[in-house]
Amino acid sequence: MPSDASINQAGIRVDLQLIANMIQPATRVLDIGCGDGALLDYLVHFKQVDGRGMELSQAGVNACVAQGLSVIQGDADIDLANYPDHAFDYAVLSQTLQATHNPLAVLRQLTRIGRRAIVSFPNFGHWRVRWHLGAMGRMPVTPTLPSSWYDTPNIHLCTIRDFFELCDSSAIAIERAIAIDAKGQSRPIRSLQLANLLGEQGLFLLKGAG
Amino acid sequence: MAGLTRNSPEVRARLPGERVLFGQNQPMPLDCGVALGPFTVAYRTYGRLNQDKSNAILVCHALTGDQFLAETHPITGKSGWWSNVVGPGLPLDTDRYFILCANVLGGCMGTTGPSDPDPVTGEPYGLNFPVVTVADMVRAQKLLIDHLGIEKLFCVIGGSMGGMQVLQWAATYPEHVFAAVPIACAARHSAQNIACHEVGRQAIMADPDWCGGDYLTQGRNPSRGLSVARMAAHITYLSEAALHRKFGRSLQDRSQLTYGFEADFQVESYLRHQGSTFVDRFDANSYLYITRAMDYFDLAAEHGGSLANAFRGTPVRFCAVSFTGDWLFPTRESRIIVNALNAVAANVSFVEIESDAGHDAFLLDVPEFYRMLAGFLSGCAEHRGLNRG
Repeated sequence: MPSDASINQAGIRVDLQLIANMIQPATRVLDIGCGDGALLDYLVHFKQVDGRGMELSQAGVNACVAQGLSVIQGDADIDLANYPDHAFDYAVLSQTLQATHNPLAVLRQLTRIGRRAIVSFPNFGHWRVRWHLGAMGRMPVTPTLPSSWYDTPNIHLCTIRDFFELCDSSAIAIERAIAIDAKGQSRPIRSLQLANLLGEQGLFLLKGAG
Repeated sequence: MAGLTRNSPEVRARLPGERVLFGQNQPMPLDCGVALGPFTVAYRTYGRLNQDKSNAILVCHALTGDQFLAETHPITGKSGWWSNVVGPGLPLDTDRYFILCANVLGGCMGTTGPSDPDPVTGEPYGLNFPVVTVADMVRAQKLLIDHLGIEKLFCVIGGSMGGMQVLQWAATYPEHVFAAVPIACAARHSAQNIACHEVGRQAIMADPDWCGGDYLTQGRNPSRGLSVARMAAHITYLSEAALHRKFGRSLQDRSQLTYGFEADFQVESYLRHQGSTFVDRFDANSYLYITRAMDYFDLAAEHGGSLANAFRGTPVRFCAVSFTGDWLFPTRESRIIVNALNAVAANVSFVEIESDAGHDAFLLDVPEFYRMLAGFLSGCAEHRGLNRG
């Protein structure tokens, strides 16, 4: 997770704000791994979306429902299969893909349930990560990857380049690709090499083949 | 109210609250094929109905509950079964919402049931009362809502059998319900649930004072059978952890075992007390009919075997609630409901509340449950455009 320093004036994390910017007002949104509901709350109140959430931790779910959000306890690896095709305009998965057991299956579910999918993840190709591993010979611990190797929930880390290749080979169209650097600055990805080195996080707007 | 110490036709006639008569001109068709009428629905209200009648919350009570949910009970003298949930500033805030609760069809607290007189004979219905279903109970409630001029309920909420009614409401009258909160319930009664009820019914019917259901005209009361039914059922409302915490193996008013069959253990004494106080306020035939209604409940079966079909296209906002220690209506039953709602992309929240109190947790002081309930209702009120009280 990004540090608290990356909270903007509207009171939500910069990466969540970027996701919100991708979402048209008054649409239907499913936020998977919605945590404490910060993005969902913002979308419901500032973009008038019909917003739903799914969260693994029961404490997170109860907190969301207690603030009036529509959230269920569920696991992205298992429970997305229950939803019908194109039930939502957007299926959002922020900072969660790397913690799923089967990221490709989850991506396929996202692009099936949502007309668009929005996915963000920590970029394992970022120079700081490479420095930790390449120069120090240690598993990276960075602002976006704060856990040690033995207690991290992240089991399927990838680089921005990896993600491009997966989408390409899986017939998932990338409509927008954004890299977010350590200062919270975002840039559309033009040079993959540069984005993969300087982007702390990747943020993608996706569309399935169907 | 003084003097109402035991449920009887005379006492029922004097119970506080509102009553309304339905089915005089046109009897209400029941699932069993019989049409019922005339019949009375007895109900209680708390708070004030706003001008556009948009703030009404219908509370559906459980098997042995009744409409006296937020006041001293007129027969037992105990506080109402949801008095910690319904009131000013409480999750079901009477400063903001208009709360109403009606005794279910087949009940024994003022709404017509088997202990009331059959208009044809003038004698108590007994087993001539038609078998009613959860859907019939909800039909009767719908007549009441229409009678009160409420086009759309802000919320329908209830636990256990109350939760079944909530699901039935949402499935049958989706355009007349804004939000639905089924608590500690299931979309169908399981084999285990039916088995537990059958033990209770057999206990009642094995009591010679039951008289084939005709005990009222014969001036008798199957209180021993009803008491045993209540004792058996009460165990299913608790949990092993709750029983152990409350009683362990502690002895009742004695320091050693008596080597006999008195209530040596506190847990025995407690159950006997539960049984004996229950018979003062409840009718044995009502117990048969209402448990039967629960057994027959299977919402998917009504919709071609698919629970999702019951909710297709529903505009209702749902919040399903379960409790970790509830083995009578465990979390997986709520999850079946939630999965069905997800399959039709309904607006649904689902919370599982940590509590080892068993099924009865929905009646107990569980702060996280209250926080969640208040938050869900507030969120819905915002969407419904309800102003603060």
